[in-house]
Formats: sequence, C-alpha cells, structure tokens
Amino acid sequence: MGDFLLKRLAAIIPTLFFVSILIFGLQQLLPGDPAVAMAGEERDPATIQYLREKFHLDDPLPVRYGYWLKGLVHGDLGDSVRIQRPVTELIVEKLPVTLELGTLAMLIAVLIGVTAGVVAAVMKDTKWDYAANVFALWGLSTPNFWLGILLILLFSVKLRWLPASGYVSPFEDLKANLAGMAMPAFVLGNAFAAVLMRHTRSAMLQALSADYVRTARAKGLDERVVVLRHALRNALTPVITLGALGFGELLSGAVLTEQVFSIPGFGKLIVDGVFNRDYSVVQGVVLFTATVYVTLNLLADVAYFLVNPRMRT
Amino acid sequence: MSSKKRVLALLALGAALAASFASAQTLRIGLAEDPDVLDPTLARTFVGRVVFASLCDKLFDLDEKLDIVPQLATGYEWSPDNKALTLHIRKGVTFHDGEKLDAAAVKFNLERHKTMQGSSRRGELAPVTGIDVVDPYTVRLDLNAPFAPLLSMLTDRSGMMVSPKAAKAEGEKFGAKPVCSGPFKFVSRVAQGPITLQRYDGYWNKAAIHFDKVIFTPVVDSTVRLANLKSGQLDLIERFAPSDMKSIQADSRLKISKIVEIGYQGITINVGKSDLAQKNPLGKDPRVREAFELSLDRQGIVDVAQEGEAVPGNQWVAPNNAWYAKSVPIPKRDVEKAKALLREAGVTNPAFTLMTPTTSDAQRLAQVVQAMAKEAGFDVKIQLTEFSTSLDLADKGQYEAFVLAWSGRADPDGNLQSHLGCKAPLNYAGYCDQETNDLINKSRMTVDRAERQKLFDQIAARIAKDRPIVYLYHRHWLWAYDKKLTGFRTVPDGMIRLQGMKM
Repeated sequence: MGDFLLKRLAAIIPTLFFVSILIFGLQQLLPGDPAVAMAGEERDPATIQYLREKFHLDDPLPVRYGYWLKGLVHGDLGDSVRIQRPVTELIVEKLPVTLELGTLAMLIAVLIGVTAGVVAAVMKDTKWDYAANVFALWGLSTPNFWLGILLILLFSVKLRWLPASGYVSPFEDLKANLAGMAMPAFVLGNAFAAVLMRHTRSAMLQALSADYVRTARAKGLDERVVVLRHALRNALTPVITLGALGFGELLSGAVLTEQVFSIPGFGKLIVDGVFNRDYSVVQGVVLFTATVYVTLNLLADVAYFLVNPRMRT
Repeated sequence: MSSKKRVLALLALGAALAASFASAQTLRIGLAEDPDVLDPTLARTFVGRVVFASLCDKLFDLDEKLDIVPQLATGYEWSPDNKALTLHIRKGVTFHDGEKLDAAAVKFNLERHKTMQGSSRRGELAPVTGIDVVDPYTVRLDLNAPFAPLLSMLTDRSGMMVSPKAAKAEGEKFGAKPVCSGPFKFVSRVAQGPITLQRYDGYWNKAAIHFDKVIFTPVVDSTVRLANLKSGQLDLIERFAPSDMKSIQADSRLKISKIVEIGYQGITINVGKSDLAQKNPLGKDPRVREAFELSLDRQGIVDVAQEGEAVPGNQWVAPNNAWYAKSVPIPKRDVEKAKALLREAGVTNPAFTLMTPTTSDAQRLAQVVQAMAKEAGFDVKIQLTEFSTSLDLADKGQYEAFVLAWSGRADPDGNLQSHLGCKAPLNYAGYCDQETNDLINKSRMTVDRAERQKLFDQIAARIAKDRPIVYLYHRHWLWAYDKKLTGFRTVPDGMIRLQGMKM
C-alpha cells in the first residue's frame, strides 16, 4: 500500500507540470489582448501600454511562463487584471461556494442515481426499470442552463418558494443558503444522477448474476441483504471511481450553473476570466481544478483498496 | 381626549411609523454586468458608472434634457478667450470619511485623474494644462486651447471627487474601498457579486435620499434578472431585453421607464485601417457603401433586432438630440438606386464579411442587414466573434465590416472625435479625411453653441457621404421596477439617480 501510494504521489508532480504548460500555452492561443480588453470603452493608448508593462504582456512567452512558475512555487498565482485582487485570495473566497454546490449536487446525484440504478437492476424489465431509463435519458439530454431557467420560472416567479439567484453564506443564514442552493444543486446533480444510474444499473446486473450472489441466495439469505450487502458493495467499486472523477466534472458543470444562478463561485470566476482575458485568473483556477482532479483520482484509487480486498494483494 | 382626537393621534403615530419604516428601506438593483474597479480614475465600464451615481458625486450632473446642472460645483465661468474655466465649489460638503471637500480637494482629484498610472481619464482632461486654487472654494482650470466638451467631462468620472486622504493612503487599492462624497457610502463588495452601500448621513443633499441601503447585484442573464424582479428579490433592474417588454407590461406589479440612449448602434466599415480596406469594394469605393446604406430599411432593422425599442438614426447622435444635424436626414431605402450604384461601380455582387458580436440583438441585426442587402446584390457573410476577439481584430484592421455599439457621451464630441478623428484611439474604421478632421477639431474649440452646431452640420454631411460608419439606430434604455417605487428619473445617459426616489 505504501509503495503504491508513493508511486502515485510521485506521478502527480510531472502531471501537474505538463498541465501548467498546457494551461499557459492554450490560454495564449486565445486571440484578444488582455490590456485592450481591460482598457474598457476608452481604450486610452497610454493606459494600454501601462497595463502591458504592469502585467509583463510585452515579454516573450517563455519569460512570462517563468514569471508565472516562479510565483507558483512561492504560492503566488498572480493578480487578477480585472478584479485587481490576488488570484489565491479569489480562490480561497470562491472555493467554499463551489465546493458546497458540488457537494450538494453530488449528494443529490448519489441519492437519485444509485437508488434508481439499484431499483432498475433488481426490477429489470419492469415498468420501474423503464421509468429509471427514461429518467436517465432525460437527465443526460437536458441542458443545465435550460433546466435552470425553467426551474427559476416555476419555483421563483410562479410559486415564489425559492430565490431566483444569488448566494448567502451558510454562516450568515443557513436556511437562506440552502434555499438559494436547492435549484442549482438539483440542476447540477440531475445530469450526473443519470450517469450514476446507468453505471450502477449495469454493475448491479453483473453482480446479481455472479456466483457468490447465487450462493448467498442459496444459503437462504434475505433478498435485501443479498442486494445491499453482497451485490451493491461489489458493484460500487466502479461507481466510486466514477463518482470521484464525476466530482471534477461537477466542478466544470458548475461553470454554466453558476452563470445562470448568478452564484459568485469558481465557475463564474473562470467564465468572466476567459471573457475578460484575465490570464492569471484562468490559469490559476484551471491549475487548481486540475490539482483537485488529480488528487481525487488518487483518492479513488485508495478507496478501491478499502472497498475491494482483491486489490490488496 | 375625545375619540376624534384619539383617532387623529393614532393616525399621526401610524404616519410617523410608516415614515420611519420608509426611511429604513433597502433598494435592491439588478445590474446587467459586473462593474470593474470602483475608482473613478481607473474605472472603465458603463455599468461601473451606474454604481458611481450613488457613490460618488460629480462637479456637474445632467438632467433629463442633457443640460448640465450643478452638483458639487455650484457654478462656472469661462474666461473671455475661453481658455480658462473657473469653478465655484459647493460649501459644507464632506467626504464619507468626514474630510472636507474644498478647492484643494478638487485640485488633488483633477491632478490624480491626469497623472495616476493607468488612469482612464487622462485623455478626457488632456487639454487642461493647469489647475489653480483661487480661494478655498474656487478653482481655475487653464487650457491650452478652448475645449467645448470639458464641462460635460465633469458630469462623468472626470468630475467625480474622492477623499484625498483615503486616496493617498490606499493608492492603487483605493477602488477596493472607495471613499467619495455621494449619497451612499461603500460598505462591502463580493467579487463578481453584490455591492452594498449605506446612506451617508453627512450628505449635502440628504433630504432627497429615502433609502437606508442600496445593494447592486450583477445578474448577467436578462431572463434571470427579470425573474429576480418578478419574484421580489430585486426592486429595480436595468437594461431588460426588449423581447420581455410584453411580459413586463402584463405584470400589474411592475412599471417600466425608458428613454432614447445617447449612444448608437451601427456598422463600422474598414475604410483605411489596413490593406484589407483596399481589397474589398465596400472599403474601397464610397459608391458601394452608399448602395449598402440604401439597401437598408432602418425601421425594419429596429423592429426585428430591438423589437421596436429603438429609434432609427443616421448620425452619432439620435434625431431627438439637440445636436442632431437636421440638414442631413435619414435616407430612405431605395434598392433600385442601390443596384444602379453598384452597376456604376462595376461590382454587381460585392461580398464582404460582417464581424458580429455574439449577443442576440447584434446577431439579429446582422441577419436582417444580410437579408436586406442581398436584395440589392450584396453577399454579406456573418462572422460571429466573441467581443474581446472582435476588438483585437478591429484594432489590427483584420475585418471588413463590424457591428459595433457605443454607449455614448453627453457631449456629441464623445461620440465623434475618438471614433472618426484621424488616428483617434477608437477609430476602427481607419477613417482620416483631413478636412473633416479639421472641422472636428474646430468643433471642440468652439464654445459658442450656434457656431458649434454649424460645424456639426458640415461634419454630418461629410460623414454621411464617406460612410466610415453606417449609423443604424439608438436603443432605448429600459428599466423595470416595482410599482411602489416612485421618483425614477429617465436621463439619456442611462444612469440610476437615487435622489428623489422612494418606495
């Protein structure tokens, strides 16, 4: 276990190094000059020149990458050109918002997706199975922003139950926080619930037809115990990986959801960063997300160990 | 106490309670974009100005007719040679940190605008060469030449005054916690989220302010912005989509205000920004541009692109503007004449690419233009381009025609010189006609209104002939708000002035 962990940890460093080059390079391919984008309506030539110098935009690419890397090593991701605050500060401020959204969405996705998957597998080829499949198809094919707007029109404008958008900190007012998060978390979790459902269903079908399940049944075990303790536990292994990687996907899905619900989180930060050519924001946030993704991947591998004894040899 | 008296006393108590409730109110405003830095010297966005209107008072303000009225300055005089402007500063005004606003503070601010690194005001105040404190409440600005737009510059960010003490202490970071002298003081801002302001008790015009708090929240999607208004999370939204007009009108709880903007929407044509201009018949031949303009029905474009919420126009100011050149009316659509012009120019099927921002109204505009121009023989290719990219391409002259809007300035010069003056920073057309340029420069130096109007008439005639920009229409500023809100003033600059507003 220790060996395996060390190897995996060592692989993270070169991975992130290549990711950093990729992020930096891709960003520079975007047409548009950040100084011009930032100079606003007036676009005073003196201002543009000043901004270029201030943010080293006139230096050659490798030199600029060097500046960035140097800051990176010192934990400094640079300053946002548009918001005029350090990127690390913005990440610290926005991360809890998006993490909360992602966690709630994941809870909703697991609750709906795994339950529906198990039900569909156990009741294969019944109307419950068909209903779960229709739900999955619907979840996969409904665009986030469209569902978001429909929910706003129903729950905020028509029924006036939930706020249409915005964010309140849970430490300020937990009830208002959850009310504001309900719709975005559902929208974000909904699509992923469909993915989880499909995978849980097929993994469960495989597990239910396995020999050990037949043995368990032959021993006269209660069907609930067979399904939940024997079959589900084995079927969950691939679902856990999917869930861990899916969390990264949820974070990228948050980009659109946060935009629709005006939630000042990571997604909104990155979208506005791209449109304003706010290089350091985009680089910082993407690198951070990549790091989270890589870490989650590692954690998923560790979780395999804990859930699946076959991997411990 | 008789029962009648008791009822009266109760009524009086009720009224007093109601009044105290009314004064302890919060106004929640939905903005269409996220403002940039809240430092008047560095600020660069239209939406930032909407917030400044509650936060930072200016030397002068604009009224509904775009006339310049006093705010922090109570009056002004031009010297006989129009090369010096004397300003009288209002007495008894303090900044939000309690510092006094006087002539020295005004001098500090104007110098800050002129010299601070990264200042966006430098260009606006370039003709000002000296700023002198005449007495504690009088300032004199010396100019290198007469400069007619100066007063109107002082109705915008160049005229905003910040606390010198705070500005010196905070330096570049001042915008994170601005200290001005407006009706509301800064409380907090969540990056890309709400900006909260609180009533300033020392405000010089305190009696006109009826809210305790104002919260500006950027909600970029217009559907969601409106949903917030309809569900009661916002009290007032700016710039709602024209397509939502009917649904708002049908809602008995909401009210609408609108006025024609001071900006314009048009098609900028590359006539000399790069070599591309000479490679395309549209950029090369004025007859082709004339044919293009004649192929367009502006009212039709307004009806489709803006659902009728705009007025057709053919100049940098709208036809209802006092500075509009009436001698240059909007040309009527004439497809036959357009075809004849194209034949004369020897290109019966000219093709060009129309660079179009990705906003839905710009896309609709481009599609209508494409269809109309086709009837005269034009082959218009629409190239959807994200805004920052399009500015970059326009700046490098890598485009043929560009759907471009301008938010407008109170003085017509702000819509004209920087866009069509030779080598001016926003002259994406690359237009440079020496005689027109001389006339533009002369109009800037002419303080006499009638004289200036004559110059604008001449400039309008020349621009209408050369067509570096085909002006199409002037949008309506559209606001929707809770019906309980009263005292909303529609000023063509699109700002929200809280003075006199109540709920």
